[in-house]
Amino acid sequence: MNTVNYLQILQLAAPETIVTLTVLVVLSADLTVLRGKSIAARFNVGALLAILGCVSAALLAFMRHTEANLFNGLLVVNPSSDFVKVAILALTVFTILISTSGKFTDHVGEYLSLILLGTIGLMFLVSTEDLLMVFIALEFASLALYILTAFNKHNEKSAEAALKYFLFGGMSAAFLLFGFSLLYGISGSTNLREIAIGIVGKGFDPLLLVALVTTVIGFGFKVAAVPFHLWAPDAYEGAPTPSAAFIGSGSKVASFYILAKIFTLGFVGVEGSAVWHGYLSGWMPVVAIVAALSMVLGNLTAIVQLSAKRMLAYSAIAHAGYMLLGVLSNTPASASAMMFYVITYALTTIGAFGVVSVVEEATGGDAIKNFAGLSKRAPGLSLCLMIFLLSLGGIPPLAGFIGKFFLFSAVVSVGSNLGLLWLVILAIAMSAVSFYYYLRVLKAAYVEDATADAPAIKVPLLTFLALALLALLVILFGVAPGLLTQFL
Amino acid sequence: MLAWTIYITFIGVLVLMLLPRDNARAARIVALLTAIAGCVVAFVGAIQQANPGDVTTIVKVPWIPSIGANYYLASDGISLVLVVLTGLAAVSGILFSWNIEKRTKEFFAFYLALIGGVYGVFLSFDLLLLFVFYELTIIPKYFLIARWGSTRKEYGAMKLALYSFVGSHLVLIGLIAAWVVAKGQLGHASLDLIELSKVAFPIAFQHWVFPLVFVGFAILAGMWPFHTWAPTGHVAAPTAGSMLLAGVVMKLGAYGCLRVAMVLFPEGVREWQWAIAALAVAGIIYGAGVALVQRDFKFVIGYSSVSHMGFVLLGLATLNTIGLDGAVLQMFSHGIIAGLLFGVVGRMVYDRTHTRDFNDLETMQLGKLIPFAGVTFVIAGIASMGLPGFSGFVAEFQVLMGAWTVFPKLTILSGVGILIGVAYTLRAVQKGFYSDAPPKAVDHEHPFEPITVAERFGAVMLIGASLVIGLFPGLLMNWIEPCFNSPLSMFARLLVKGGSQ
Repeated sequence: MNTVNYLQILQLAAPETIVTLTVLVVLSADLTVLRGKSIAARFNVGALLAILGCVSAALLAFMRHTEANLFNGLLVVNPSSDFVKVAILALTVFTILISTSGKFTDHVGEYLSLILLGTIGLMFLVSTEDLLMVFIALEFASLALYILTAFNKHNEKSAEAALKYFLFGGMSAAFLLFGFSLLYGISGSTNLREIAIGIVGKGFDPLLLVALVTTVIGFGFKVAAVPFHLWAPDAYEGAPTPSAAFIGSGSKVASFYILAKIFTLGFVGVEGSAVWHGYLSGWMPVVAIVAALSMVLGNLTAIVQLSAKRMLAYSAIAHAGYMLLGVLSNTPASASAMMFYVITYALTTIGAFGVVSVVEEATGGDAIKNFAGLSKRAPGLSLCLMIFLLSLGGIPPLAGFIGKFFLFSAVVSVGSNLGLLWLVILAIAMSAVSFYYYLRVLKAAYVEDATADAPAIKVPLLTFLALALLALLVILFGVAPGLLTQFL
Repeated sequence: MLAWTIYITFIGVLVLMLLPRDNARAARIVALLTAIAGCVVAFVGAIQQANPGDVTTIVKVPWIPSIGANYYLASDGISLVLVVLTGLAAVSGILFSWNIEKRTKEFFAFYLALIGGVYGVFLSFDLLLLFVFYELTIIPKYFLIARWGSTRKEYGAMKLALYSFVGSHLVLIGLIAAWVVAKGQLGHASLDLIELSKVAFPIAFQHWVFPLVFVGFAILAGMWPFHTWAPTGHVAAPTAGSMLLAGVVMKLGAYGCLRVAMVLFPEGVREWQWAIAALAVAGIIYGAGVALVQRDFKFVIGYSSVSHMGFVLLGLATLNTIGLDGAVLQMFSHGIIAGLLFGVVGRMVYDRTHTRDFNDLETMQLGKLIPFAGVTFVIAGIASMGLPGFSGFVAEFQVLMGAWTVFPKLTILSGVGILIGVAYTLRAVQKGFYSDAPPKAVDHEHPFEPITVAERFGAVMLIGASLVIGLFPGLLMNWIEPCFNSPLSMFARLLVKGGSQ
């Protein structure tokens, strides 16, 4: 008989607990002390409190070296999941920093606490090996994200985006739950490791296949992989820019971490194979198809976008394709390469959205032509933009390049005959395509001239500091990737 | 010591970025001093190197141990030749763009960033590091052309950037595949070029990987039929941009072909030797033929570059010592001569007349109005035609000698290319400077600005370099020859007939 030791739970979930307390502090401070103050002041104080909470939670998670497994995998704490939590918290801090200059809402306390609530969901998501907990945490985080998308009440597009995101998300949750229930039925457990034992020797029965496909569909929605990506461009475009940054960064890191975990721990024995001329049915070929479609469609569609946010959305779809290659390779090297890629991608993408949000505030829109002459109107900002976009395009010596190199070389190393090289060739070809659309934004910023009377853009100090720090990290992780890989 | 060429140049970029926006004069001086310092370091470092035949390590420290990448800079004779070329091209390019007034500091910042990347490629003996520097040059190239260029600049710049990027991605595929296979054979991850040059990659693997990597690099070397970025890019670029494109960037491609593709996959080269030679000769003849019928002065030089780079590729394809010697020497020679030709056309002629159309130039009698430009172009033309006394002769002669023993028929065909080369050069000299068409009334109110001191310095420097190497080729051959002759060098596998027994 297991007796529940609440103190132990609280100890293991200390980082999450700290963030939860922070939510309460931020909310009550905004409702009491800050009442009647200007939005900017409320944002600054609220952000300060939220960041303090996140940083102390991150420090705690970073310093402890605990290995624990509570309630048969319901709550799993180990250095790797702790480091992913640190990454998620860091991404949250950056998201908060780029929101502080926002004018899209006067519900500051609610906005900040929803970001933190989403973060808590993501933190629980990465520290579990149980399907039930995965589902609860995922939905908890998603609910926060839906509301964050709808947060700009002055903009119809924001409401439309949120509704679309919500409906698609709800549907994907249904798929996921259906798949999980079948898995439970087949194996008799919701614990990933026990599921793996439960399905051994059962062969490839149709129920398992259905479970597998619905799981891929459910997570395909969450990470916006083709053909389950349709919500992403609208959500990214309509949502307040910092919310879009959060959807594209923190949520992505957690989703990929848990996706890889589910497949590598839960679906042992039904991997199949996606190597050239060596196809075997299983989850690998399914993921391979989704990955290939995402890379091709995401990159090709991004070319024709006129809005920077939609362009970033399609680029996110394309990048999800690259990351899925890391999932389907299913080796320790590819898993750590994928996490390196996801984390550096998330940092870069927050940065790119941060620049977009400043430009949007200053010029009234996020069309690529609004970036014209940015290098003259805001030289520091456009230098940051250049670093972020070139990193997304995979130009050395930035983090995006070295991440691609790690990822692709790990994928090609699988097996003995370069069997997955075809996927890497596709990925590299598509990444050459991607260079074009990133360069188009840079062309507007550096080559085209703004209209003669365009004033210099004043970049809010806090946002600029965050962006400069992000740009520095992108360069640093590109030049010295060892700083990050040692934890993965 | 040589590593400082890279560091000094990038320090120059940083200093330029910190300068106030509107001080064009300071920007020019900083850029020039940086380039001169880089050039001097290149010269002194090259002369100091004791054994040009061996690879002399400059610095080697672990960079990313998990994939076997080192920060590994080193040099052998071939690097030395190209580093010196880069130094000369950098200085002369700045002298020929002394008149840039629009956003001067940004122009020179991009310019020096490009030069720094080029130095880096020529000195890297780690595959990943080489690739990093190689890609680092793409962005400055794009902005130099798109921002400061002329005719259809945005089109030319994007085309060049995309071609470069596609090329480098072909290289990346090959590089990752080679890394994985080498890891299997060596038992540890390695990106060290010298170590990899000893790995015997499976022959079937070499047969498909080699063309990928070779073509990836050769796109930038202007190999026909992937050359089409070159004429449009050269024409669209500002003067210094075209000088660097033709002078050093095309050499990056050829250098990559030799140092990476051919050294790693000798069996692949032997398999594809004929195809490379055929494409090279096609480029020689096609480039020359197209140059013969251009109306735009700069297109003539642009296509002539394609033609001359054909000789480099032909030399590489010979796989014998004399042909390879010639190929490397031709890289140097073409870098100097093409730089000079673009300098005359872009700076001396176009910046003054604002036209490059032969129909207009014919009526201007430029030979009389700006005699220095006329004389410089004649000398550069003579050098470009390959007359004895200039570097082009020694280089192309060796390439042809090397090629004769392997592909006699193709060699004869390439001779046709040389003849057409004489024709288009003479045509350009005549139409551009010494036409006997009836002159238009000269506008005495606004005479052309006289040739500036900076231009004179730049022109004399480049003519001098070509002449010195033409008269004393031994100066460079002493660096190049030992690289191919030594049985211990990384190229030894390439030259042994029959390959890797």
